[in-house]
Amino acid sequence: MHNPAPGARLQLRGITKHYPGCLANDRIDLTIAAGEIQALLGENGAGKSTLMKIIYGVTQADAGHILWEGREVSMRNPAQARAMGIGMVFQHFSLFETLTVAQNIALAMGPQCTPQQLEPRIREVSARYGMSVQPQRLVHSLSIGERQRVEIIRCLMQDIRLLILDEPTSVLTPQEAEELFVTLRHLASEGCSILFISHKLAEVRALCHSATVLRGGRVSGHCQPAQCTDAELARLMIGEIAASIEPHTKGVAGEVMLDVAGLTWANPDPFGCSLQQLDLQVRRGEIVGIAGVAGNGQDELLALLSGEQRCAPGHLRFAGTEVSSLRPDARRALGLAFVPADRLGHGAVPDMSLADNALLTSFQQGLVHHGLVRRSKVVALAEAIIARFGVKTPGPHAAARSLSGGNLQKFILGREILQQPRLLIAAHPTWGVDVGAAATIHRALLALRDTGAAILVISEDLDELFQISDRLGALCGGRLSALKDTAASTPVEVGGWMAGRFSAIDTPPTYAPGSH
Amino acid sequence: MLLSLEPRGEHSRVMLWCSPILAAVLTLTCGFVLFLALGHDPLLTLHTLLIKPVSDLYGVSELLVKALPILLCALGLAVAYQARIWNIGAEGQLLMGALAGSAVAVNIIDLQSRGALVMVIAAGMLAGAAWAGLTAWLRTQFNANEILTSIMLNYIALNLLLFFVHGPLKDPAGFNFPESAMFGDASRLPLLLEDGRVHAGVYFALLALVAVWVLLQRSFLGFQIKVLGLDKRAAGFVGFGEKRLVWFTLLISGALAGLAGVGEVSGPIGQLVPQVSPGYGYAAITVAFLGRLNPFGIVLASLLMALLYLGGESAQMSLNLPQAITQLFQGMMLFFLLACDVLILYRPRLKGRRSVPKDSTAVVGAV
Repeated sequence: MHNPAPGARLQLRGITKHYPGCLANDRIDLTIAAGEIQALLGENGAGKSTLMKIIYGVTQADAGHILWEGREVSMRNPAQARAMGIGMVFQHFSLFETLTVAQNIALAMGPQCTPQQLEPRIREVSARYGMSVQPQRLVHSLSIGERQRVEIIRCLMQDIRLLILDEPTSVLTPQEAEELFVTLRHLASEGCSILFISHKLAEVRALCHSATVLRGGRVSGHCQPAQCTDAELARLMIGEIAASIEPHTKGVAGEVMLDVAGLTWANPDPFGCSLQQLDLQVRRGEIVGIAGVAGNGQDELLALLSGEQRCAPGHLRFAGTEVSSLRPDARRALGLAFVPADRLGHGAVPDMSLADNALLTSFQQGLVHHGLVRRSKVVALAEAIIARFGVKTPGPHAAARSLSGGNLQKFILGREILQQPRLLIAAHPTWGVDVGAAATIHRALLALRDTGAAILVISEDLDELFQISDRLGALCGGRLSALKDTAASTPVEVGGWMAGRFSAIDTPPTYAPGSH
Repeated sequence: MLLSLEPRGEHSRVMLWCSPILAAVLTLTCGFVLFLALGHDPLLTLHTLLIKPVSDLYGVSELLVKALPILLCALGLAVAYQARIWNIGAEGQLLMGALAGSAVAVNIIDLQSRGALVMVIAAGMLAGAAWAGLTAWLRTQFNANEILTSIMLNYIALNLLLFFVHGPLKDPAGFNFPESAMFGDASRLPLLLEDGRVHAGVYFALLALVAVWVLLQRSFLGFQIKVLGLDKRAAGFVGFGEKRLVWFTLLISGALAGLAGVGEVSGPIGQLVPQVSPGYGYAAITVAFLGRLNPFGIVLASLLMALLYLGGESAQMSLNLPQAITQLFQGMMLFFLLACDVLILYRPRLKGRRSVPKDSTAVVGAV
């Protein structure tokens, strides 16, 4: 009864996958032609990753059929998928940092290849697709963009006919992303099919021939992204117009709340990033955005600001108070609030209930009396956060790990906002969050700003920073560019800062990703 | 057909209660088969092991005497284990408590005031806490693994105790037996019943039970301990100091183990002897996990452990059952209890043929 579509490289029919308590994929159909670049769009939890894992053989579907070049197959494991010509680049790279590029690739090729034998072929592939990579470099010395190229080259070393990329641009500067697109178009022109997972609509429109949109585990529509507006795509993804991107008013800045002056910090971790001469001021009633590719000092700056790491005194002042030597809870008592980058395991304890996670940072808000926890107040606070920020959950006793990324982020941000902080520092507030939740989070941040709070947002998402921040700058190699009014800047300019091209460079940054 | 375990995604409330029952059924069944195969009357053996020891008031009082030190040690361990501080040193802390309490008691044999008991108990608790404090210091100062240091300190504590009981603390009028002099009456824990050996240590245990329950279930400090145990990074992020909590949990568990030790020498034994503990501190580790680190669960688990001690002795005496067999039975019961707890988080499932097709050639569109 299955008539394979002519020329289809991969066809999925009725793919269904249950996980305990959720239906991750519900009768999904999908067809990719040879040489087609297809986008797989969808908010977090829509089932994109599950579908990828099924195609790549990491997990198996409960029901449904996979047709590879017209023949029905069952994918049992990634080795089988690779043998058939399917390659995948995961969001989190699987490279050994202490080995060279050639050694890493040799490991994936099997025992018959030595790194030396592979080197000419690596050079050939990287030259052919315009991805400059030196086979003898150690992976830990590569930038994120270069590591991604190694992952892609590793896929291209064999005869590849379908390349799957999971949110490949989330770690790249705009320039690096454009270079990646050139490579991908080149690949597609040679007949390789590409499945491109993303939630960045502009990229999808620029790159992809077609798009399949998932919502709640089902296919909610197919379209040709070049002919769709953002609003149309967003509607397919989240099913309502809540996603429409509204222009935001700018804030009116008041006195300085956070004053970072000449902050220099040597990282004891040899693979970490050290900070050099950071100057940064955040005022009441404004949002300052810091852009940057991951690993350029964001984590270090956040740890120093939150108090998890201490620096030499004299560089950090909050509302006139020197805070360098204060512990995180003492800084909170002064009115600072933090939203860390990792939601699970840092911002929230995965195995604790939402109520306990509300207590985690709100314990200075009258929830503790004579050393005893006031349970009813804690639960009431959690319920208030859930109601006010539209967190989708069975209730305050649900474990934090049971929430989707976007919902947990709404909860964590709500928890900090209800403390009415004088300064909020948020890292990647909408990373991996669906369009609807991102809009909620942005509105909440702007509302907090308008009550007179100072807000510092560190993010890799330039669109986000341009939408919400009043001033912005970028981190590269542990150095911070000068801050500029958002209205007077452009994404191209900030992209240049992210690659280290800002004035007064006396010492070159450790590396300048994508600057060649 | 293949049996596999699937994560449930959340705790199963039903299994929380049913897993001990399932474990009991499995233990009794396997015990029945084991004793039958060895040629013993299985029902009589099970009766001797599990029911006879507590069939009279004396038996019950012996059960409490055995359960007390295990309970005190396990309550303290639960506090440390909630913070994922793996204190394996309750045995050593118990022995140091017994040693220090005895050292005070033999020097105040003639003191008639009630203050004597207070001094003895305080000395025991302080010594237990100090012994655990060594582990805390090594961990916070040098980042030394507390599992290793606390185990090694157990051996040092045992040999210190042996040295003192063979030397400085030996009773001069004791015909050279390795025992201290009997404590004065004022340093002894008073008996609760006319017959039997149940002593006032029961009150300490009740007090410790309530205190640990309030600490872990109701207090903010207990919340910090749990956060540290579940998620170190989150604890650091909100400023719950790790070093402070390591010190606190180890001192608490050391003090409770020390109390258990001094309770033995000033309670049922009445003097310092080389065999203060038949391994109470180690049994407490099992008991803490058997009770799922919950204070009330630990009460039940320590009573069960005490029953296994008594039942094993009575089966050896009245049925001539070898010690190896009674210990096998005990091990079986503990194994089943801990193993069945897997079902709280995982669901067993038979993987039949109807699920995922295994072979591409065997499938093809049946539709």
